[in-house]
Amino acid sequence: MPQINQLAQVAYSQFFWLLLVLAIIYVGIGLMMLPRIESTVEGRSRRIADDLAAAQAARAAADSVEADYRARLDESRAEALRLANEAKAAAARANEEQVRGANAAIGEKTAGAEARIRASSEAALADIEAVAADAAREMAARLAGLDVAEDEAARAVKAVIHG
Amino acid sequence: MAAETKIDPMHQFQISPLAGHLDGTPFVFTNSALWMFVVLALVWVFMLGGMRRQLVPGRWQLMVEGITGFVTSMLATSVGPEGRKYVPWVFTIFMFILFANLLGLMPFALVGAQPFTVTSQFTVTGVMAIISFSIVLVTGFWRHGIKFFKLFIPHGTPIGLLPLIFLIELLSFMVRPFSLALRLFVAMIAGHILVEVFGSFVVQGFAAGGAMGPAIAILSFVFIAGVMALEVLVCAIQAYVFALLTSLYINDAVNLH
Repeated sequence: MPQINQLAQVAYSQFFWLLLVLAIIYVGIGLMMLPRIESTVEGRSRRIADDLAAAQAARAAADSVEADYRARLDESRAEALRLANEAKAAAARANEEQVRGANAAIGEKTAGAEARIRASSEAALADIEAVAADAAREMAARLAGLDVAEDEAARAVKAVIHG
Repeated sequence: MAAETKIDPMHQFQISPLAGHLDGTPFVFTNSALWMFVVLALVWVFMLGGMRRQLVPGRWQLMVEGITGFVTSMLATSVGPEGRKYVPWVFTIFMFILFANLLGLMPFALVGAQPFTVTSQFTVTGVMAIISFSIVLVTGFWRHGIKFFKLFIPHGTPIGLLPLIFLIELLSFMVRPFSLALRLFVAMIAGHILVEVFGSFVVQGFAAGGAMGPAIAILSFVFIAGVMALEVLVCAIQAYVFALLTSLYINDAVNLH
């Protein structure tokens, strides 16, 4: 086995060159390149984590904005409904008032007219009684030659007319 | 004819100097040292591809980040938050072993180069195991002082059995660097010898001719294809096992069970 046969001749050479190569790898790669590569990996994973957190925050913000928007929309809708109802109520009330005013005016007019009619018919009735009393007294004077007093004739006519 | 195609399966583990000659001094540049630097260059280039530091990673960057994340999370799960300190070392041995193992499997012989698997040398695996073990010892005694020996006394040990248990635990602890080094070394050398031996069967089978020769050669070739697939898996698993056991041992030192 050459490893044993040559041991005395090559051992120091092997040790020397191996230690040199291992030292170069240890210092140049292990101590200098490795931390940089690891920092690259860590920086990347940190950045990914940050980006994820930022995306999460942005989504939360968007959600809150949407909720806000929805709330405002609901509020506006409720406000609009309230205004419409109020306007409707006001219109109804005004309408009612007008109708009531018109009714009152019509009633007044009707009552006036009725009163005038009643007055006219009463006046006419009174006229008819007077005319009838006059006519009855005239007829009594002419036919029977009786002189009936005016108020007696009027009483008799009234009694006939009113039963 | 058949005698001329004699293949030495151990030749691939031979270390030869690229300049000068092997005289036992540390500075002889060998083919083993060359392949260590090839591994270093490949690991370096691979890691540079991950240094673009883009927010949206490309395939290469993703691969590099995947491997660093793999080692980091391995230490995080076995040691806890304090495992971060040990990531550079565990990452170093993981990458070195992984690339050395895979590089040893590449068919460089097609372009005339003699491939060499650095991790099939127990001098190499031994150094890495000893460094890992030293880290465990230094961390353990630094953090816990003499209390580190409590590691060798499991909870609820009867007083009578204490010395025996202590000795057994100490022994199993001391064996750790050897098992760590030998596991990787043996896995690599066994796989490469197996492939080489069956590769020689292919050559010798065709050279022998006759009815049986080519049949054996084809059978061996199919077998090699399967073994190579397994070896690729073993390369990754051995790198993972070395790194995982190192982090588990570090956990013992940091948290004392």
